[in-house]
Amino acid sequence: MTGLWTLIVVVVVALGFGTYRRVTDGRGRAVTRATPVSEFEGELGEKATFVQFSSPVCAPCHATRRILGSLADERPGIAVVDVDVSERLDLAELHGVSRTPTVLVLDGAGVVRQRIVGAPTRVRALAALDEALAA
Amino acid sequence: MSEVRQIDPRGPRFGAGITTVVLAAALVIGGTPGLALLGLQAVVFALGAGLGLSAQPYGWVYRTFVRPRLGPPAELEDERPPRFAQAVGLGFALVGLVGGVLDVWPVFFVATGFALAAALLNAAFGFCLGCEMYLLGQRLFGRRTAEASR
Repeated sequence: MTGLWTLIVVVVVALGFGTYRRVTDGRGRAVTRATPVSEFEGELGEKATFVQFSSPVCAPCHATRRILGSLADERPGIAVVDVDVSERLDLAELHGVSRTPTVLVLDGAGVVRQRIVGAPTRVRALAALDEALAA
Repeated sequence: MSEVRQIDPRGPRFGAGITTVVLAAALVIGGTPGLALLGLQAVVFALGAGLGLSAQPYGWVYRTFVRPRLGPPAELEDERPPRFAQAVGLGFALVGLVGGVLDVWPVFFVATGFALAAALLNAAFGFCLGCEMYLLGQRLFGRRTAEASR
């Protein structure tokens, strides 16, 4: 009987959690503490920069990198910086990154304007970029 | 990156479906037969984590019976993320096995429940366990001091 109850609880919790993640994942959220960061100097785009945190065991990171890359190709002044957290754990800690992919959207001045946790769709990445440019 | 083995991403997800069924059965049946099922699943996890997904029995089932009906995948995927997930599954399965063998059944139920949750999330949502756990693992067991000095 314990096993059946465990099964029911696990199925309900897992499906609930998965649905919640599906709804919230990959959405840009405004970052309020708007001070420029210096870690990515020299790599910044003129108008905006996507900083993507990736790890070697992260399948959605590849799809995210492709989406951000194509947005940068289409729009002038947009750069993409890729941070491999297995090599730069310090940067992940500095920015409070707890899972991959996490994308920070910086404006032209190097201020973090948007934060996207989880793999974004192209539409959501574009929305976050527009928000960052408008901020 | 180029030397990393590439796989059909639908394979691990299909495997996660079988894993979900096996672990659910182990939970419901319980006792010695349930423990035996969990043991079998642990062997599957060990093959996938240790030798790679080409050696994983569910992957073989997928390639032999399912993939020929589906046609080629839209894109290939790095083998490391699903292999990492197999290792995590193996960890839970081993804890559950130890619990059952020592007659501490709550440990069996909780550990098998966690493995089941991960497998179900993978099968139903394509959930990426490595994405969630990699940084956590680095923080718990990591080489923080070595990396911070870079």
